Amino acid sequence: MNSATLDQFFVLLQHHVAALFPTVLQPWVSMILGVVGIVAVFPAIFALTTVLERKGLGRMQNRLGPNRVGPFGILQPIADAIKSLTKEDIVPRNADDVVHFLAPVVLVVAIFLGYAVLPVGRNMVLLNIDAGILLFFAVGASTELSIFMAGWSSRNKYSLLGAMRAVAQMISYEVPLLLAAVVAVMMTGSLAPTAIVQAQGGFTGIFPHWYVFTPWGFAGFTLFVVAALAETNRSPFDLPEGESELVAGYFTEYSGFKFALFFLGEYLGMMSIAGYGITLFLGGWGAPFSFLTFIPSWAWFFAKLFLAIFFFIWLRGTLPRLRQDQLMNFAWKFMLPLSLLNLCVAAAWRFLGEWLGGGTVAELIRWLVCAAVLVLAYVLLARTLLRQQNISPRSYRYAD
Amino acid sequence: MIEGLIFGLLSILTLAGAAAAALLRNLVHCALSLSVTFVGLALMYLSLGAQFVGLSQILVYIGAVAILVVFAILLTRGAGALTPHRLIAAAGWRLGWIASVAVGFVLIVALVRSPLPVSGDHAVKVTVQQIGQALMGPYVLPLEIVAILLTVALIGAVIVAMPEDQKEMR
Repeated sequence: MNSATLDQFFVLLQHHVAALFPTVLQPWVSMILGVVGIVAVFPAIFALTTVLERKGLGRMQNRLGPNRVGPFGILQPIADAIKSLTKEDIVPRNADDVVHFLAPVVLVVAIFLGYAVLPVGRNMVLLNIDAGILLFFAVGASTELSIFMAGWSSRNKYSLLGAMRAVAQMISYEVPLLLAAVVAVMMTGSLAPTAIVQAQGGFTGIFPHWYVFTPWGFAGFTLFVVAALAETNRSPFDLPEGESELVAGYFTEYSGFKFALFFLGEYLGMMSIAGYGITLFLGGWGAPFSFLTFIPSWAWFFAKLFLAIFFFIWLRGTLPRLRQDQLMNFAWKFMLPLSLLNLCVAAAWRFLGEWLGGGTVAELIRWLVCAAVLVLAYVLLARTLLRQQNISPRSYRYAD
Repeated sequence: MIEGLIFGLLSILTLAGAAAAALLRNLVHCALSLSVTFVGLALMYLSLGAQFVGLSQILVYIGAVAILVVFAILLTRGAGALTPHRLIAAAGWRLGWIASVAVGFVLIVALVRSPLPVSGDHAVKVTVQQIGQALMGPYVLPLEIVAILLTVALIGAVIVAMPEDQKEMR
């Protein structure tokens, strides 16, 4: 099997299976096959991620992590699945049972919708539409409503507090997230994820044309990663479900499989946002060096995805949780101005390229000017904000 | 055939959501039913091939407006309270009826007068790029006026929400 066939293996498989059916049904069959692929692969990665996360966090905290089920605890997700399926589903007596039931369903459905336009390999995208990135942000925005539904319907103060925190945080960080992503859209001139990946497809020497290697791309990528952490309620932005403060936040009153659905939704959301970060800034399914293009495109995508997941786990094991006021200040006073400036820098990059013309020197000047503007703004903004903060010994109102 | 079926289902979803939003007694349920209506409308736009409008509808109405409504209910005394069974008539209910009948009349007249049928191959396919170019070209002035209006509203909201002692300081 040569590398081109291997690259298109799943696409060919889809065509092959669809060809077994009558012509009228073929588009439907190939669509259903695509959906089955997404619904099978990403939850499988989720199962793997739970083990990796517990193992990884265990290593960082000097303990072993799960090691009872199967070799090295690798079968732990199966045990977890059986446990959550057989547990009693408890709904509080005062809870609003219809909304309480709908919340996890809406969450998981919305998050799965986001995968419809995610290109996981060459020609491997379920729905190649013009406004793909917009679809991802639209369904991302609708998860907020399901989190509110979960928190409100439980009739529990911890749930409601967690939901309010989550919604406030997600709305605040959605703005820099969108603005950071807009940069890549601007430079490509298209909202279609496939077009954005293709625009990053070339190589200079052995190095790829990924957006992250430009000043605006690097700034955009960094802002995107921070906002993505906050959007997915991952540490250090895990205030909505801070165990030490709110039991489990908005899903305190969920048990059994509904709890598992929230867990699934959270990890699927993390993977989809990582997938879009990869698509927007890290060249999607493109190889990192020109001599590595023989490896199939989907392998690259999933390799990058696992790297992103590892990064998320690493951060969770490293950083302490933020305070609510720090969280809000960070979004509105730091991320928002920087992402707005980054838009202007991206526009300047585009027009400087036209004015200066081609050539290595012109390219270097453009690179340095844009990078200098961003670094200067970062330093000045950070210093001003740090000076405004009164850093002094903290007084604990109830502990003193 | 299938298009007609989809249209029918979406209409039922949209109308049922709107009816529930008006008739349910719990305010949060009303807000959630209203978001079902928003989703129905967005799906309607999508089924007509207007991707940008449909997805923006979800992004703005579900992601922002529905959340805003829900927050407004929770931050006031409405959360969990049931509205009474009897009809609520606000002071200006006659004016309200007149306004809604007038708006309905204008919409119906506009619908009846618009050239039909605009469907299938006759419909104009508008891409996101065309919308962007129109917004940056002929419609740039209205766009900027809206932007200024929104900025003013935002600053106004911040000043209203600011504590009194800070207002005097500035």
